[in-house]
Amino acid sequence: MTSPLRLCVRRADTPLPGGICAEVALRIPSDVAIIEEAVELVARHCFATWDAPRRVHFRLRVALTEALANAILYGNGEVEARMVEVRAECRPDAVHVHVTDEGPGFDPATVHDPVTPDDLEVPRGRGLFLIRNLMDDVRFNPPGNSICMTLRRA
Amino acid sequence: MAFTASRHPSGVLVVEVEGQLIVGNRQELKATIQQALDHGERKLLIDFAKTGYIDSSGLGALVSISKKVREEGGDLRLSGLNEDLRSLFELTKLDTLFAISDDAAQALAGF
Repeated sequence: MTSPLRLCVRRADTPLPGGICAEVALRIPSDVAIIEEAVELVARHCFATWDAPRRVHFRLRVALTEALANAILYGNGEVEARMVEVRAECRPDAVHVHVTDEGPGFDPATVHDPVTPDDLEVPRGRGLFLIRNLMDDVRFNPPGNSICMTLRRA
Repeated sequence: MAFTASRHPSGVLVVEVEGQLIVGNRQELKATIQQALDHGERKLLIDFAKTGYIDSSGLGALVSISKKVREEGGDLRLSGLNEDLRSLFELTKLDTLFAISDDAAQALAGF
């Protein structure tokens, strides 16, 4: 079966303006079945020039999986024609991964951590919590339909 | 990825999760457990020894399953989580909600 994913990768021997060594861009339809392959593609290129420990690979893969699931399920409402854009900037000191959906956005401040005893049995709401705890920095654009996750190399 | 259910001689239904437990297949696991409950199974072990990854939807499905099993008067245990997966349970404090054993043999001995 031909993959519907189209990956664009730019690499530079010397850092590009802004210190970018490589940039990975990917657009995927809103289909949760594609998440695994998308994560594999992006992670492979992010770690192509970074001999990171296994635990760091796991952190990026978990965070990206959760960000894509949120974008597809809640941002785009699983409407397959709506796309999710992934852009990863590999810099000498960090990897920044942006995930943007076509939804109206949301206020991340309203999503609380589901780890209080009362919330433990709530089946939803752990995705953003995992992202916040596994990445070094997490930011949203003002509408809230684009997340930027940073993983520092040191 | 697949779920394999088999009955241990001790009377425990062991469900093995191969591959991943994620948003795309979590309903299948919930259906497998529901079917087991409908058939009268009350001692249930979900073994993750062959599982590479569980996402937040998978964790949510386990929370729902835990609640359902308890409502039916059953006993649910988990086993075989690798170091990374166990860290997700600890991070989300779900390690306090589930009875988690290092491997299936240890879990079976605990029923």
